[in-house]
Amino acid sequence: MKRILLIIISGILLTSLHAQKAKSTIPSVTIRNLDGVQVNTADFSNDGKPFIISFWATYCKPCVREFNSLTDVYEEWQEETGVKLFAISIDDSRTSNNVLPFINGKGWEFDFYLDVNSDFKRAMNVNLVPHTFICNGKGEIIWQHTSFAEGGEMEMLEILRGLLIEEKE
Amino acid sequence: MKRLLTVSICLLTLITSTVFAQEQKMGEIRGDFQTDFQLYQEDSLIGAPPVPEKFLMNGYLNLSYTKGDFSAGMRYEAYYNALLGFDPRYKGNGIASRWASYKHKDFEITAGNFYEQFGGGTLLRSYEDRSLGIDNSIDGFKIIYSPVSGIYLKGLVGQHRYFFDKGQGIVRGADAEINLNEMFEKWKDKSLRLTFGGSFVSKYQTDKDPIYNLPENVGAFAGRVTMQYKKINMFSEYAYKINDPSAINKQIYKDGQALFLSGSYSTKGFSALLSLKRIDNMNFRSDRTATGNMLQINYLPSLTRPHAYSLSAFYPYATQANGETAVQGQVTYKIPKNTKLGGKYGTDITLNFSRVHDIQRNAINDTISIGQSGTLGYTSPFLKIGDELFFQDFNLAFGRRLNKNLRLIAEYVYIVYNPEVIEGHAGNMVHAHTGVLDLTLKLKNKKSIRCELQHLYTEQDEGNWAMALIEFAVAPKWSFGVQDIYNYGNSNSDKRLHYYLLSFSYTHNSSRMAISYGKQREGIVCVGGVCRNVPASNGLLVSVTTNF
Repeated sequence: MKRILLIIISGILLTSLHAQKAKSTIPSVTIRNLDGVQVNTADFSNDGKPFIISFWATYCKPCVREFNSLTDVYEEWQEETGVKLFAISIDDSRTSNNVLPFINGKGWEFDFYLDVNSDFKRAMNVNLVPHTFICNGKGEIIWQHTSFAEGGEMEMLEILRGLLIEEKE
Repeated sequence: MKRLLTVSICLLTLITSTVFAQEQKMGEIRGDFQTDFQLYQEDSLIGAPPVPEKFLMNGYLNLSYTKGDFSAGMRYEAYYNALLGFDPRYKGNGIASRWASYKHKDFEITAGNFYEQFGGGTLLRSYEDRSLGIDNSIDGFKIIYSPVSGIYLKGLVGQHRYFFDKGQGIVRGADAEINLNEMFEKWKDKSLRLTFGGSFVSKYQTDKDPIYNLPENVGAFAGRVTMQYKKINMFSEYAYKINDPSAINKQIYKDGQALFLSGSYSTKGFSALLSLKRIDNMNFRSDRTATGNMLQINYLPSLTRPHAYSLSAFYPYATQANGETAVQGQVTYKIPKNTKLGGKYGTDITLNFSRVHDIQRNAINDTISIGQSGTLGYTSPFLKIGDELFFQDFNLAFGRRLNKNLRLIAEYVYIVYNPEVIEGHAGNMVHAHTGVLDLTLKLKNKKSIRCELQHLYTEQDEGNWAMALIEFAVAPKWSFGVQDIYNYGNSNSDKRLHYYLLSFSYTHNSSRMAISYGKQREGIVCVGGVCRNVPASNGLLVSVTTNF
């Protein structure tokens, strides 16, 4: 076992030596939209504008609080930054049939997707929900955060504004 | 085994290095850590058992490497020793999984450990849920191929993970799905959306039983249809399994069946959902002797609402794979804003009801008792519901923003809980009424205060409980909480105990450290109808998660 670990660690070190300081991109995983159509997550984009990827579940109270707070400001943010939110539900087959009725009941208007066996969640190394990523217009992940408390959306807005300034420069 | 593992990892490292040598371009390395450790104090009053080690720890590391179409990864796990409530056979450390995958356009092949789900998972679902200690990844080969748009084919062969080893049985499976709207150009923009799917799964395990002649190959198949028309959504899945005597079904030779139906109507501000389920002898594992949460091939979620508040979640339901009939209905309505009832910001109302019964079981004849080992067990008319009530949940929730900075959630939950069936020990049927008030006040400078008040009323089990929580958060980094759960209604006055808990968390981007100190009541943790028992504990729990 020690030998195996040694090889793995050497492998990682070897690759680290080659490392360039590149930003992470979105891995290619197949999930579904609410019409049941399969979608490749590597194709997520927003016409060169920044976008948010947020993992949530119908039974996760902080996730619901986060989306309620974002709903209050989403229109304003879209006007200011052009941002788009991809909301990834990790509800499994116990509650995945409730996702669409739940969203409609809440009146949320984001781009919703279903990750019923958590394939995308695993590929993005998400441990807990809510977990939110902000990507720049090139699809590179520039910020991420786990958990949510009221007011947490303001940091996201600061990041998005920072991106706009960077792009203008 | 170790040699094989060493060789495969050497190969992986070699391939990685070769890729670098050829292109001199770096791929992407990603990973995540999670470590939970607890310092235990003995507390005979709450029934917390002595822990000889005093300190227990679970740790996980995922690492993956992606370069173009190629990706590879592994998971290292360590248990010194496993936290109370987890299976103690998770012991020591090791490489729990390793895999390599190549994905090009519509073709994907994976060797090593992988997760997969066919349809709704009634026939096959391989997944990980750390909070339950479940990881039934399959170690073998998996191929996914889409020959034309709208047709998706999957095939897999392998063995389940079993702690740091593999299960005895071999799992083989194939799944095909056709999405008519993707397949035919004419259907692309139709309001009617139709998807059909079919799966076949079989397991092989040698028969060494001295008494029974057991099937070494057990086959099962399933079919499913998803339909959407404007605001209506429907999903149905049916699965059938040939006779599969096992430790769970007490060695009966009856075939298994499962039917799941779900329909919903939803429009902005209103939704209605109705689901039905019938399971008969559908426990399906790659080892017929396995019990607990191990080596499960399929996934049978419970048709009940998952509760998030402590007292509402006191009596959770666990799916009875040997047989149950369940129904769940839910209506959600958002009273529009700027109305008398809805207030300035609108009000969310959710009404949910679920009820689970046994299936009807009749004796095969006068000489064979119901469920007798070595026989067909029983007969069960498909459309008849058994008399015994397993579980019922009626709940009503309101959510309203009272002003710009104050949100209120109020919830009433009435649960009927059969401990004899769900927990497997004698006990009276529990009728529990729970009320919850959750207030969140947003302050200036990203600060907020959240307060929860909960009360559970029951004349059975441990009587009444009350709970209060205050949480202060400075977004996005800091959170402090104090809570007390008080069993003031226990009929035994010595057990009218307080369960105090202090909690603190610090989050920096994707890294989080959560610390809690206090008492944890004995209970059941459930996710998706799959549960594990958590013994009572008293002490300091620290959880650290991060990714990179």
